[in-house]
Amino acid sequence: MDYFLVVLLQIAGAVGNLALISVGLAVIFGMMRVINLAHGEFIMLGGFAAISSVQAGINIWLSMLVIAPLSVAMLGIVVERLVMRRLYGRMVDTMLASWGLSLLLIGLATTFFGNRVVGIAAPVGSFRIGDYSLGAYDFVLAGVVLVIFAGGYAVLRFTRAGLIARATMQNREMASSLGIEPSRVYAITFAIGSALSGLAGGLLAPISGVLPTMGVAYVAKAFITVITGGASVITGTALSSTLLGSINTVSTFVTTPVLGDVALLLAATIFLRLLPTGITGRIFKGAP
Amino acid sequence: MKISRRLFLGGTAAALTAPWVNRGFAADDITIASIYDLSGGLEIYGQPIDACLDLAVSEINEAGGLLGRQIKVQKYDPQSNIQLYTQFATEAATSLQAATLFGGITSASREAIRPILSRYQTLYFYSPLYEGGVCDRNTFLTGSTPSQTIGQLMPFAVKNFGKKVYVLAADYNYGQISAKWVRDYTAQAGGEVIAAEFFPLDVTDFSAAIQKIQREKPDVIYTLLVGGNHMSFFRQWAAAGMAGKIPIVSTSFGGGNEHIVLTPAESNGVMAAFGYFQEIKSPANEAFVKRYHGKFGDNAPYVTEHASATYNAVHHWANGVKKANSLDRMAIIEAIESGSTVAGPGGPSTIDPKTHHCATDVHIGRVKDHSFEILESFANQPPADTAAVCDLVANPNDNQQYVIQ
Repeated sequence: MDYFLVVLLQIAGAVGNLALISVGLAVIFGMMRVINLAHGEFIMLGGFAAISSVQAGINIWLSMLVIAPLSVAMLGIVVERLVMRRLYGRMVDTMLASWGLSLLLIGLATTFFGNRVVGIAAPVGSFRIGDYSLGAYDFVLAGVVLVIFAGGYAVLRFTRAGLIARATMQNREMASSLGIEPSRVYAITFAIGSALSGLAGGLLAPISGVLPTMGVAYVAKAFITVITGGASVITGTALSSTLLGSINTVSTFVTTPVLGDVALLLAATIFLRLLPTGITGRIFKGAP
Repeated sequence: MKISRRLFLGGTAAALTAPWVNRGFAADDITIASIYDLSGGLEIYGQPIDACLDLAVSEINEAGGLLGRQIKVQKYDPQSNIQLYTQFATEAATSLQAATLFGGITSASREAIRPILSRYQTLYFYSPLYEGGVCDRNTFLTGSTPSQTIGQLMPFAVKNFGKKVYVLAADYNYGQISAKWVRDYTAQAGGEVIAAEFFPLDVTDFSAAIQKIQREKPDVIYTLLVGGNHMSFFRQWAAAGMAGKIPIVSTSFGGGNEHIVLTPAESNGVMAAFGYFQEIKSPANEAFVKRYHGKFGDNAPYVTEHASATYNAVHHWANGVKKANSLDRMAIIEAIESGSTVAGPGGPSTIDPKTHHCATDVHIGRVKDHSFEILESFANQPPADTAAVCDLVANPNDNQQYVIQ
């Protein structure tokens, strides 16, 4: 019984983890159809920002929740202005440009931070369930993810800004003819997406260590989750990360981490075959 | 001038190969090659190895060199990429005509270049600790093998902590084969490996493993985790509140500076067995560490067993050259086989002619505040695992790696 509860909590943690690394990409890809292959590097830079500020003496929560997203958001604004602005609508070109950006960021990070793994200790302790000891940090992660998703849903559904964002996403020409400036919306959306990626990196630093090449592992999973989720940014990502995260965790517990990843990829393949436009292409269509 | 496409392609090819050809050596220097990862994920292993190689070469050069000639090292950095290993090994053996080659960090890279060096008849020294079993007359291996480290660590663990062992290992040849040795030596010591889990080198999420360990309740955990990503296990273990609850022993922890990168809360108490620790208190080691810091400064990388074994390897080669009084490969091999002992920093390292491995001292240390305190030492442990299957004196043409079943 205890073990069952532990597995359940692990599933929650894994789902939160997957949702966290995907939400930044969901915002950028889902809303602007920009394939940002540098997403993993934004996560990595968020991690380095958090670690650097902790090493400079700043409180760890401030570093992870404020400094990491802010610094990556600033980078996102610069990238959007210089690179992405010229490439909207050209999907293959954005892939190429963001791939080059990802290589550049890896090189720069290696030059300035070195190639060793750095980490910080998890800031919260552990607790016991029966015979098992679990880290409480997974709950912090899950909590932050819930806040982000709930907040994002509320903003998109109930506020004027969310309405403008959704309108621009669905029909750029119509939105601009109604007086909205799409380039500004895109810039702000890209910045928010980058901030979310930076936040993911900052939150993941205590549990997985930060290395300049760590982004590669994350970008694949994030893309799979976002595309399986479908067009809706919040609902789609939430549904697909729940599904894929549960399958991954259960398989890992039953077999090995390798087969857990295989199960995740297999599940994603099957889902995309059955629902080519993602989960929210059919179910919950039109939700934010 | 009209440049034809052929001319352009040829010129570009020539220009691109230019950096690889180094003409900076004096005509009568002895050229040796080294291939160690100095960048990329394996950099943390390669840096101290490279430093100790430099130290050994400079010591020999200062003492007058070999055969009246200075030694020059041509270094290659494969950037943690195995394809570059094979490329550089071929180049060192063919266009550079190196007298000998020191290289390889992971067992995978060693097995990639060993056949190449055999084919091109270039003498090869592999110095990091590994899973044992290589039987090849062209290769000398100066690192510790399972019978030396695991063979002492398992009786220590079973005697001090209990019979049930849970193994966590890296998922490639080193982890898989060493895990079999752990199973063997644990059984010999009266214990039992209740479970063994293997993790590819890019896994960072160990939460499932941590919960499984708590369900199985072992007496001691044996880790053969390699690389920066696997360090996350120790972070997550401490985050789950398990630090110090179950003793952890390892024959890989420390080789990648794990005890320095992790905080004391995450790493204190972990025990490791190696042929060398920088903290060994002996006159030879204290003098060595002093020379090392004198040459590289106080912030020089922590000296691991991989690094001290490389130092020993260079001196073994020098012994062979002096005894054979020539650079001929077979002459050096026979000279080393007739007896070569290096008074290394970890204790005397003696080459066993039948296996081309080294008998070395073995030490068990425990992490305390970013350094190791030595708990026990065992003198002159022979490479018994390889000796059980490999006899190069009887079968000089043997060329394979024996693997425990």
